[in-house]
Amino acid sequence: MFVPCERGGGAASSDFKGFTLLVPAVSVGNVGQLAIDLVISTLNMTKVGYFYTDCLVPMVGNNPYATAEENSVELSINAEVYSLPSKKLVVLQIRSPFIKNKYRPFCQALLSWVKSSKCARVILLSSSHAYQRDDEQLLGTPLRYLLTPDLEKAVGGLMQELKWKEMEKVAAYPGINDSEKVLHIPGGGITKLLFTESCSKGIQMAVLLKFCSEGDNIPDAFALVNYLNEWLQLIKSEVNTSSQWKIPSSWRLLFGNGLPPALF
Amino acid sequence: MATFFGEVVVAPSRAGVDDEESAEEAREETPEDREIRRELEKKREIDVLWTLKSGAPAGSCAEEPFVCSKFIVAIGHNAAAFLSSFILDSVCWEVVGVVKLWNEWCRTSNTTNVLPTDSFCLFYRLISDPTVLLCQCSCYVAEDQQFQWLEKVFGCMRKEGLQVTILSTCPVADYKTQESTLTLPSPFLKALKTKEFKEQVCCPLLEQPNIVRDLPAA
Repeated sequence: MFVPCERGGGAASSDFKGFTLLVPAVSVGNVGQLAIDLVISTLNMTKVGYFYTDCLVPMVGNNPYATAEENSVELSINAEVYSLPSKKLVVLQIRSPFIKNKYRPFCQALLSWVKSSKCARVILLSSSHAYQRDDEQLLGTPLRYLLTPDLEKAVGGLMQELKWKEMEKVAAYPGINDSEKVLHIPGGGITKLLFTESCSKGIQMAVLLKFCSEGDNIPDAFALVNYLNEWLQLIKSEVNTSSQWKIPSSWRLLFGNGLPPALF
Repeated sequence: MATFFGEVVVAPSRAGVDDEESAEEAREETPEDREIRRELEKKREIDVLWTLKSGAPAGSCAEEPFVCSKFIVAIGHNAAAFLSSFILDSVCWEVVGVVKLWNEWCRTSNTTNVLPTDSFCLFYRLISDPTVLLCQCSCYVAEDQQFQWLEKVFGCMRKEGLQVTILSTCPVADYKTQESTLTLPSPFLKALKTKEFKEQVCCPLLEQPNIVRDLPAA
């Protein structure tokens, strides 16, 4: 599934042993994907390959992180991998939704690639419908985390220090039997599936998610990427961290074209 | 609604996986479900039939992949009509293959003698240079069939030294630009090219954040 780019790096550029892998879930507001765009754009990450998969709707365009004429003509497709060896970081960006009935095979293929590439841990950026929060979740921070048991051992203490809130479980049969609790991430796309599969396969995975709604999700993306930064310290966190992240050129015209002058 | 690079879905929520769909999948698949799913998949399978040598029976693929130097693919009614009007004729080109498919939007004609209003997907070869291939695809190839189309068609060709040109059309209203599309002189051409394509492109390149989707993208 993973096809490396033919660059000078060759095999070395696709050696991800011990790296942290960031993956977005295609979820409400596309917040995970927007956050990943910010990471790739700000850290100026290099594309090292792509996923050749029949599970995602095909799309293609020119380089979404173009900064000048020279680097704007590289083709970009729906699932690409970028890396920053200096921070032992590798990132998968997913740009289109799953084809019907194909999300399970994609999850299987992704997790098997995680194992074969020997990434140390995976961080899944996701989101969940804000309207499904209960009374307690309406108050306080809209950001949540989850850790698989294997990663809990390694970083559970850090989460306590950062005072992060773990995603609450909900009653399996609300109103009837409140004792049985299950994980429920409405609007989270493949988040729950990837998380439960990682738990059972012994993969070190963390999920970072934000409660949000569809609309202008740029502020949600900033909130999520700053949340991630509290842990990974990808950029120096100063008082006004929003201005430290570089918005990619492809975020232009998110709300449509210019207006026809004849309108006025 | 906000959109971003790669936004191709028109569903109310962009999560891509409906909660109902994922709940359905969570239930165990009964043998009947499996049978239904298999039948549906079979119905949506694409058949690529080649008649490489005139007189030879139609086959799904030659024993060895055939040599192809240029492959021009026209996707959609407009592009197909362009080829019919300006390029194709019965003197220089011969039909060498057909794709048979079915989906909710269209079913391809069974014959190679098609009307412009039919849905079809035909392959032609230049008689004077049999390595030049042309494909007219006026039928809609559904999301789940695009990859199959790609693998089955390109699977029959030798890819060394192959130059592929894809012709397609998109509505001007979908074009993202600083000015309004009302004042844009249309129609206009834009191109995307791989870095291996070294020749001169005859029109400007497609600017960010515009994208191409479906079969042309595949």
